[in-house]
Amino acid sequence: MRHLILLIFLILPMAVFAVEPDEILQDSVLEQRAREISKELRCVVCQNQDIDSSNAGVARDLRILVRERLVAGDSDEEVINYVHSRYGDYVLMRPPFNLSTAALWLAPFVLALSALLIGWSVLSASRRRKTAAGLSAAEEDEVARFIEQNKVSKET
Amino acid sequence: MTRALALIPLLIALVFGGFFLWGLDPDRDPNDIPSVLISQPAPEFNLLEVDGLATPSFSQADLVGNPGPVIVNVFASWCVPCRAEHAVLTQLVEREGQRLFGINYKDKPEDAVRWLTELGNPYEMIGADSTGRAGIEWGISGVPETFIVGSDGTVLYRYVGPVVGDDAVKKFREALDQAGAMEIEAGG
Repeated sequence: MRHLILLIFLILPMAVFAVEPDEILQDSVLEQRAREISKELRCVVCQNQDIDSSNAGVARDLRILVRERLVAGDSDEEVINYVHSRYGDYVLMRPPFNLSTAALWLAPFVLALSALLIGWSVLSASRRRKTAAGLSAAEEDEVARFIEQNKVSKET
Repeated sequence: MTRALALIPLLIALVFGGFFLWGLDPDRDPNDIPSVLISQPAPEFNLLEVDGLATPSFSQADLVGNPGPVIVNVFASWCVPCRAEHAVLTQLVEREGQRLFGINYKDKPEDAVRWLTELGNPYEMIGADSTGRAGIEWGISGVPETFIVGSDGTVLYRYVGPVVGDDAVKKFREALDQAGAMEIEAGG
């Protein structure tokens, strides 16, 4: 029991949100939208976190900025575009499809396709080898003749 | 077909080997985030003066129509690398006649004044970015960051982190050269 309580207290700090109370908007609908937008924006300091869960100073500034833009009446898309125009593709958790990200987006499909192709060609090659291992017409004839001969010699 | 399949391991080795070679390149910085500002006009911002400092503030308009490129440095008194960088920037201003503008990022005015009194003030103009909003306009990820802005107000170069050490200073000076700073110096 004591261990369990210790465990809970150890995990607790990790579950605490980065969003600080003074940032949260009064309007719960706007706040919800701000949270959703924040999850789409990457923190530029701690590079694998979205700004919603990052404690970095710049992330906090961006969260406040997102909320300010929302209060000013921007749509979700406009807010994201606002940040995107200043920090580039990098700031988006889901990078847009363009020339420099094409490899990123297409690689899984290309790899899956090539894996399928290799698998298919290996399997079909081995199946062909199996049929090739069967007897040719001439060999079948020879076997038939051999069996006939043995039958004849047994009878005699 | 079977013979072609035998080449697959070689192909895989080549692809992975090439990838590792690329990854081992010491010049490649995986943390490097390309700035969208390069070749774009300097962002719009409007900053107040730092309280208690005689240095005037500046805005986007001050970066347009200069006779040569100017350096815009984002600094703060609480930023330790800035202290090291300060000497390099001072040298660029005093020995090479570069023009240096400062954005005092999220700093207390009294701290900034004390810092500049102690180390000297190489900045021609300093804007106080107390909220960090101008920093966002410039797309910075931390302090220090240093930009080179061309005479027409176009951002030509961005350096993330302190311009300290031979390599960094060399890189920065090359960028300044490209921005035409040396040309101006030779001509005037």
